[in-house]
Amino acid sequence: MKRNRIIEHPILDQLEERKTVTFQFDGKTLTGYERDTIASALLANGIRTLRRHEHSGAPRGIYCNIGHCFECRVTVNGTPNVRACITPIEENMIVESGKQLPSPLNPNNEHVPKTYREYMEMKDGEN
Amino acid sequence: MQKHDAVIIGAGPAGLNAAIALRKHDLNVLVIDEFPHLGGRLLGQLHEEPNGEWWNGIKEAEKLVNEAKALNTEMLTNVSVHHIQRKDGAFVVHTNRKNYEAKNVLIATGAAETANPIPGWTLPGVMTIGAAQVMTNVHRVRVGEKGIVIGVNVLAAAIARELLLAGIRLHSLALPINNAVTDEQSHPKMVMERLSRIAHLAPSPLLRFGGKFAKYKWAQNIAVSFYPKKGINMWDVPIHLRKAVKEINGTEQVESVTMVDITKDGEIIPGTEEEIPVDFVCIAGGLYPLAELAAVVGVPFKYVEPLGGHVPVHNEKMETPVEGVYVAGNITGIESAKVARAQGKVAGLSIAFRMKKDAAIQKEIEKAMDEVKTTRDNATIQFHPEIARGRDDIHAQFNKYLNG
Ligand SMILES: Cc1cc2nc3c(=O)[nH]c(=O)nc-3n(C[C@H](O)[C@H](O)[C@H](O)COP(=O)(O)OP(=O)(O)OC[C@H]3O[C@@H](n4cnc5c(N)ncnc54)[C@H](O)[C@@H]3O)c2cc1C
Ligand code: FES
Repeated sequence: MKRNRIIEHPILDQLEERKTVTFQFDGKTLTGYERDTIASALLANGIRTLRRHEHSGAPRGIYCNIGHCFECRVTVNGTPNVRACITPIEENMIVESGKQLPSPLNPNNEHVPKTYREYMEMKDGEN
Repeated sequence: MQKHDAVIIGAGPAGLNAAIALRKHDLNVLVIDEFPHLGGRLLGQLHEEPNGEWWNGIKEAEKLVNEAKALNTEMLTNVSVHHIQRKDGAFVVHTNRKNYEAKNVLIATGAAETANPIPGWTLPGVMTIGAAQVMTNVHRVRVGEKGIVIGVNVLAAAIARELLLAGIRLHSLALPINNAVTDEQSHPKMVMERLSRIAHLAPSPLLRFGGKFAKYKWAQNIAVSFYPKKGINMWDVPIHLRKAVKEINGTEQVESVTMVDITKDGEIIPGTEEEIPVDFVCIAGGLYPLAELAAVVGVPFKYVEPLGGHVPVHNEKMETPVEGVYVAGNITGIESAKVARAQGKVAGLSIAFRMKKDAAIQKEIEKAMDEVKTTRDNATIQFHPEIARGRDDIHAQFNKYLNG
């Protein structure tokens, strides 16, 4: 994990020793630092591919790294579509990459909300 | 449910400084941000000012956060706002956690990066220039060994330098290939024109180079026509205005890019294809205001090109035509963090005035508005040469709304 870190810097402070955090990605146990996001911890471990495109299966990684584009969506402790780039890693967190789906573009395939009202109803149903 | 005097969405320089102003008037504020750390896009900024001092955004963010904390400001991170609802003259702010009620809402969500889509841009290892900034300076993780920047503009030049400082190598900065989307970004003359008009402000040698041609269109034309084939070096990295990236190649991740020579009008010169091995690519398409939430709550919009695109209509006091909804920072137009910070103060004070109707606050607002102008005039980073005209444009639009 250290190999990919920028430790010394001519202007910024030296990277301080941080507490390490252990988490899982697709069944593999990895470590990152406290304050890492899932995306930064994975990249520090040399992992760039966060998911497969639902339809084409093409590999995808981060794009904007600040929560705007949703390219980095992964499943975290069973919750799908979590943005890896703005979600901090936590001890024993279980992260799974997004997978290619049989027919993701078929709207009858599973229940996806089509309006905000439907979304709210689904959300209320969860609580 | 507790009703806050103000909910502020976004903990960048605008949102944080607004919170500070509101807390100084003892109002009840809640700041919400979806990023894990407070500071917004200040985090990662690192520029050398013309006087040789460094603008370190991480430190600037720290100052604002410490001041807000000293004033007991309630601030949440890792919370995303996805809806603002109007209810009985007040607002309900919907988030992925719970809903918050507020008498006033300040939307200070900042900017997002414009995409420059070219074939291969979805491969792992391709990211925006801002993504590389945050990975490098905030998370301190290397985005790769050697990369290329696609897009030549102020942000690209600033962040290219940051990558170099961190010991990451760059092949060059080059234009994106012309297509329906990349349009202006891919046109050598337009890129040169824009660079040249903001050149006197910027500390970078690239922009100083452009500055020599600032006054005369014919000079810019010549500069583009005779632009050196091997580019012009900035910190030992070539900047190309006559080479464009046509394609990003790789199967599981970025392996190389295909570069071509282009005419001064941006057309491909046949037979000039060259494959350049790189392991990461940064796309620098420029910035636009991140303004969806203002639309959702009913604020009207206007397209103002110098401000970076569609912006919510507002006046100099940062009020929108929807009473109780305020905007500040890059959501109102793309400018430096210092301007955003100054605008935040105005917005905070405007909300304080609405709550207290105290004439002394009115005076503070006037002063803070002057500060915005002075900060703008002294800016060392400017994203568009016509910014002042853009500002006049949108403020005039507000008055139109008021007068029907
Ligand atoms: C990628 C990027 C890089 C930049 N780099 C530079 C640079 O190097 N130099 C420079 O001068 N300017 C840079 N800028 C311009 C930058 O926008 C300004 O300098 C300044 O940070 C703007 O301040 P702000 O307070 O308006 O917004 P920001 O600083 O962008 O803060 C907005 C905050 O709102 C939060 N937010 C947005 N939407 C939501 C939501 N729905 N729910 C919860 N929180 C939300 C974001 O997480 C963010 O923290 C950059 C902008 C971007 C987008
Ligand atoms: S990379 Fe864009 S949202 Fe995470």
